[in-house]
Amino acid sequence: MSILVNENTRILVQGITGSFGARHAQLSLDYGTKLVAGVTPGKGGQVFEHGGHKVPIFDTVEEAARQTGATVSCIFVPPAFAGDAILEGVGAGLDLAVCITEGIPVMDMMRVRAAMEGSRTRLIGPNCPGIVTPGTGKDSHGGCRIGIAPGYIHKRGSIGVVSRSGTLTYEAVWQLTSRGLGQSTCVGIGGDPINGTNHLDVIKMFNEDPETEGIIMIGEIGGTNEEQAAEWVKAHCRKPMAGFIAGATAPPGRRMGHAGAIVSGGKGTAAAKQAAMEEAGIEIAATPSDMADALIRAMKR
Amino acid sequence: MNIHEYQAKELFQKYHVPTPGGSVAATPEEARAAAQALAGKTMVVKAQIHAGGRGKGVFKNGFKGGVHLASSPEQAADFANSMLGQVLVTHQTGEAGKQVNKVLIAEGVDIKKEYYLAILMDRETMAPVIIASTEGGVDIEHVAEHTPEKIIHLGVHPLAGLQPYQIRTLASQLGFKGDQAKQFGLLLANVYKLFLGADCSQVEINPLVETPDGRILALDAKFNFDDNALYRHPDIVAMRDTSEEDPREVAASEYNLNYIGLDGDIACLVNGAGLAMATMDIIQHFGGNPANFLDVGGGASKEQVIAAFKIILGDANVKGILVNIFGGIMDCNIIAEGIVAAAREVGLTLPLVVRLEGNNVAAGLATLNASGLHITSATTMAEGAQKIVAEVKAAA
Repeated sequence: MSILVNENTRILVQGITGSFGARHAQLSLDYGTKLVAGVTPGKGGQVFEHGGHKVPIFDTVEEAARQTGATVSCIFVPPAFAGDAILEGVGAGLDLAVCITEGIPVMDMMRVRAAMEGSRTRLIGPNCPGIVTPGTGKDSHGGCRIGIAPGYIHKRGSIGVVSRSGTLTYEAVWQLTSRGLGQSTCVGIGGDPINGTNHLDVIKMFNEDPETEGIIMIGEIGGTNEEQAAEWVKAHCRKPMAGFIAGATAPPGRRMGHAGAIVSGGKGTAAAKQAAMEEAGIEIAATPSDMADALIRAMKR
Repeated sequence: MNIHEYQAKELFQKYHVPTPGGSVAATPEEARAAAQALAGKTMVVKAQIHAGGRGKGVFKNGFKGGVHLASSPEQAADFANSMLGQVLVTHQTGEAGKQVNKVLIAEGVDIKKEYYLAILMDRETMAPVIIASTEGGVDIEHVAEHTPEKIIHLGVHPLAGLQPYQIRTLASQLGFKGDQAKQFGLLLANVYKLFLGADCSQVEINPLVETPDGRILALDAKFNFDDNALYRHPDIVAMRDTSEEDPREVAASEYNLNYIGLDGDIACLVNGAGLAMATMDIIQHFGGNPANFLDVGGGASKEQVIAAFKIILGDANVKGILVNIFGGIMDCNIIAEGIVAAAREVGLTLPLVVRLEGNNVAAGLATLNASGLHITSATTMAEGAQKIVAEVKAAA
């Protein structure tokens, strides 16, 4: 088991004909992911070819899903059109939409989230690296790679990873793999202030997943997402957890790269988040080099 | 992005939010003309810089105060003459101060009562929230701490929008009656339109005032805009005043680099925002002081690294550089070649520690070691941070 996606999940890519989308569609095909359809309005009928794979392209998500059985979308659509692309996936009744796009206006995301209310689709992201459920082959080949993460750093196993940052996720995954600890699923929830899925949503799924035996959560300054997750963890989480918060040295009032990474009005500080996590029994990684070791300490407790 | 007071006034005028009259001037003659347009009213001459504390500030030429009441167009022109082109130092500008290039000639208004009104995007409810208080003209965080019952929060549905009943309720809660309630309602509806229309992340009016003659006016305002939405607001982008920004950050933005200057001595260059923040943190953890936040994005091409090195080296405080790249998909050797080429091109003499990890890392480290340059390599973040801190301390 894993969460959200597994090696049999059939995915489609919105924006497969753009250079970024095409590159990562190729890498997912190389990884062995069941990438079964592409969507680019106006290019329906064309075929995306790579390494012997022939992926049909459709004009709409609805048609792509109906004809190929895809249930999950990966979105590489430019910011001005990404909100529409997410809602197209929602309209087609997909299980999951994973939006990689960085730079979507906050007002657009506000409306998208409100419009998704009551729908069956879960959104991951935007501004995220995506999801990887590693496979069992060499360098974790054969898994489900949705998004832009490097596949080979993973290893199939029992640790769940959830993070707001792409490169910090890779850092944590690489530390785990280097120590022989594989991952059940790695979820990048993204660095924007309004997103589809937060730390707590993912931690609840890991808590219920029989394969997952330990969890690493990686947060950063801004918002109160991590504090809310920690409060739930304290009362309900049955699995050992480690955590890291980036941005302890960030000056207040400045946006640190990610749109959501800002301390404003004294809220969203790294210190407050670390304190809440410690209070919840989450082993804090003192430095980003200590993430996997912190989890190992938590699992030995 | 921040804007000047006169630009905020222009935005209010565009959205029909009542605000005291006035206009901006870049010369004493323009100031005189602007003052003449306000004939018969009290006038205030205000230096236009982004920093607060202008009224109590002192110019470097000895002239005191960046805000003055003027009794005639001639006096307004005199004040403008004393301020324009001069450097104003306030408690927020630091010792360097800020040069005043424009002054605002505004109508001075008498105040009967001050209120607070703000609209901001609330992350938790993922919707706009209106915050209002009868305690205006003071620091709202102080009010929130000592008299939280005097702060009114009003959530707005993201799709339904601000409802008339919500406006009436808020007007009543603030004690507005009759014509003032109507004026307030219209003002709030228009501020909400402005909030949405200009993709603001925050509009804060402090104070909102009632005048003795019964007018409701937005006296002073602070705007924050959503950077992600600036592509659809060329009029707001045009309001950017780069002379108010850190020159290092202005240079970085020209190369699409995400740079924020700090006051430490160890510069860092990192791919990814989260990793860049974490790199600053780990430098401090091992006893150093980060000089900047710098995210070069996913690629870290040679051109970007050269541009980044130049910006870093423009900071005289910098005594050493830590490059931290997790080469997930990119080949670490290509990144290493880029770093070596960039270090050669800028003639780097400062200690440079490069932490590389990921795809083809062994070849990348070999390239660094074979470069003949004084580059120290590292494979973990902790090792990289410890090495640069030690090298900078040893060189001091």
